[in-house]
Amino acid sequence: MTVYLLCILLFLIGLYGVVAKRNLIKIVIGLAIMEYSVNLFLILVGYVKGGTAPILSRNLANKVFVDPLPQAMVLTAIVIGLATTSLLLAIAIRLYRKYKTFDIREIKNLKG
Amino acid sequence: MDWFVPLFVIVPLGGAFLIAIIGSFARPFGRFFTSLVLASLIGLTLYVIFSVTIPIVYMVGGHGPIEKVPIGITMILDGLSVYLLLIINLIGFFSAFYSISYMKKFTSENYYYTLFCLMVAGMNGVVLSGDVFNLYVFLEMAAISSYALVAFGIEKEELEASFKYQVLGGASSLFILLGIAFLYWNTSTLNIADISRVIGTTANSATANSATANSEFVKFVGVILLAGFGLKAAMIPFHAWLPDAHSSAPSPISSMLSGVLIKAIGVYVIFRLFFNMFTISYDTALVITTIGTLSMVIGVLLAIGQWDIKRLLAYHSISQMGYVVIGVGIGMLVIAHNGPRSVAALSIAGGLYHLFNHAVFKGLLFLNAGAVEYETGIRDMKKLGGLSSLMPVTTSTSLGASMSISGIPPFNGFFSKLIIIIAAIQAGYYVLSILAVFVSIITLASFLKVQRFTFFNKPNEKWNRGDFNVREVPFAMCFSMVFLAVLCLGLSLFIVPAVRDIFITPAVNVLLNSAVYSTGVLGY
Amino acid sequence: MTIIVKKVTQIMCGIIFLYGIYIVVHGHLTPGGGFAGGTIIAGAFILLIIAFGSGFLSLKKEETGSSILESSAILVFLLIASAGLLVAGMGIFFVNYLPKGTIGHLISAGFIPLFNIAVGIEVAAALLTIFLALLIYKDEVIK
Repeated sequence: MTVYLLCILLFLIGLYGVVAKRNLIKIVIGLAIMEYSVNLFLILVGYVKGGTAPILSRNLANKVFVDPLPQAMVLTAIVIGLATTSLLLAIAIRLYRKYKTFDIREIKNLKG
Repeated sequence: MDWFVPLFVIVPLGGAFLIAIIGSFARPFGRFFTSLVLASLIGLTLYVIFSVTIPIVYMVGGHGPIEKVPIGITMILDGLSVYLLLIINLIGFFSAFYSISYMKKFTSENYYYTLFCLMVAGMNGVVLSGDVFNLYVFLEMAAISSYALVAFGIEKEELEASFKYQVLGGASSLFILLGIAFLYWNTSTLNIADISRVIGTTANSATANSATANSEFVKFVGVILLAGFGLKAAMIPFHAWLPDAHSSAPSPISSMLSGVLIKAIGVYVIFRLFFNMFTISYDTALVITTIGTLSMVIGVLLAIGQWDIKRLLAYHSISQMGYVVIGVGIGMLVIAHNGPRSVAALSIAGGLYHLFNHAVFKGLLFLNAGAVEYETGIRDMKKLGGLSSLMPVTTSTSLGASMSISGIPPFNGFFSKLIIIIAAIQAGYYVLSILAVFVSIITLASFLKVQRFTFFNKPNEKWNRGDFNVREVPFAMCFSMVFLAVLCLGLSLFIVPAVRDIFITPAVNVLLNSAVYSTGVLGY
Repeated sequence: MTIIVKKVTQIMCGIIFLYGIYIVVHGHLTPGGGFAGGTIIAGAFILLIIAFGSGFLSLKKEETGSSILESSAILVFLLIASAGLLVAGMGIFFVNYLPKGTIGHLISAGFIPLFNIAVGIEVAAALLTIFLALLIYKDEVIK
């Protein structure tokens, strides 16, 4: 149970980074930490006591496997996270060229 | 027999990458090919509505259930999915046709059409999926394409709006994934029908301890999922990204985002999960209806003071989606109370009818704003005026759309708002009906302001000299706008019982008889 | 970059590339598969570009090539998956219609190795395109 609580703590740390930091790159890093924590949580959900890696091989002698479905889900979620992070960073670089700063207090053209 | 179900996803996906390859050699290929792809999707949807018996359960890869446990990915085509597919592909086609002329000013057009087709493929996938993680993957596909499309013309405001949209959208997607992880932890399955079966049986189990623990856990997961999908649907505590993103995007993308995206990946998923997956409870219905009411009222109050056309239209989107959520939310409340089913059916039908109407008239309004911006380059209403004699097509279609959104007969907005108000009175929620009428009056005032300041003020001589040369917009843009305006009038026919039974009644039945979903999919 | 980095990269990048291909092709027998192997292959190319540097024009040609390669890999993937619709007897999307051999052999498990190869090429090309696009943007602005 403590493992799951630690994952949620990591999620909240990432959320703090997104909400409270002023530098664009730190916001991106906070979002990445949130994503890693959710992936970790997903893999831990599939743990079976005393299980081994779920690979089918020729000498299958009464083995207990961990749940392979969350591992497939996490592979997909990692790829989605890659796409999100790369798009965020590309836009952050272009924002730096236009506004000459990474500080979100200066980037406030849209209001109201 | 049902080989066409994955075509809704394969055709736009293949088309997107074909445009990416061939478009780098031949520049005009992407424009016409996108319209062709979306027209074929409309044809496929109409074929499904008129000649196929629904619901269809399609097991991808042929993996059927093993000992009654569904192990594969399923795609479900039932009444609600077909209704949403029609909306997505119709508005998509008109936006794609409009962008044939509008996007000529931008460089790297082919990436625009690739991302457009990817967004349509993602939305089609969300609407068709019967599996909660598959829904997440397609939702991310549509959302990431929309982040890139909002930032397409690379000016300062568009980049800032896209960054804000991405951070908020990314955080909400992670909330959704966390909710899915909790659901999997509790039920060990990802199929929507199977999850509803497991949650339903453990809620009725013999031991009181496990029943209460399970229902509190289910409420917790429900709140997390509502927070995640509520941000995608731009409901009121989570609306902060919408005015920036929808006003900075290129106009055909604004009409797609506001007209289709917040419905297909926001409101549709909320209805599908809270009606067909979780059992309908009074508390959830109360929360959803409260959020809808807040969106309706606060959206329109924020909209009146705006002077930028597209920002005003974006705030009105929040308000009109509040109407849809109220309509279906009242139905949910009546079902939770075990009230008369005819009232619930009327309310849900009103909400879903308003969904279609809003897609059409809001899409048309954004296309009109785009036409004005294409010719004059100005979006501030204080600097516009007197365009009615120079741009007759844009003026008349904009007048039609404004009358639709304000609820003036015989346009379609009047009928759907009337049905929602009558259902609210019949269910006994008099405060909601008074608020709905009040919001409609303020919407009328707001659009009278738009029409007067943009089109009907004193004609300005500056439109014919200097670097303005305001004429009517090119043919492709006119065609989309005129056709959507005709559809605004034509959709009033949905109240005729014969037409209503073809389109709306199957969708209403899916939400009304919510327990039938899992039986139909699992087969037992 | 210094001469040590250049010499070591010349030796290692071929080995990294081969290792990536090994992980992709054995995806149905050992952990790894398309995505992990594709990332390693992209790493080999990116290491070369970082160590030796490159002129602006050759990077632009490289980017067009990798962009087209990425899109064609996805189209090949869709084609193999949709070919199941045409195979007689099973008109279902994404069904495994090639013969499945015995467990543990290299050529077995139907079309899963083919999918791994397509996904590996696609991921490598996509990561290379992202890296080159950001690099070209920096050069464009400096010019």
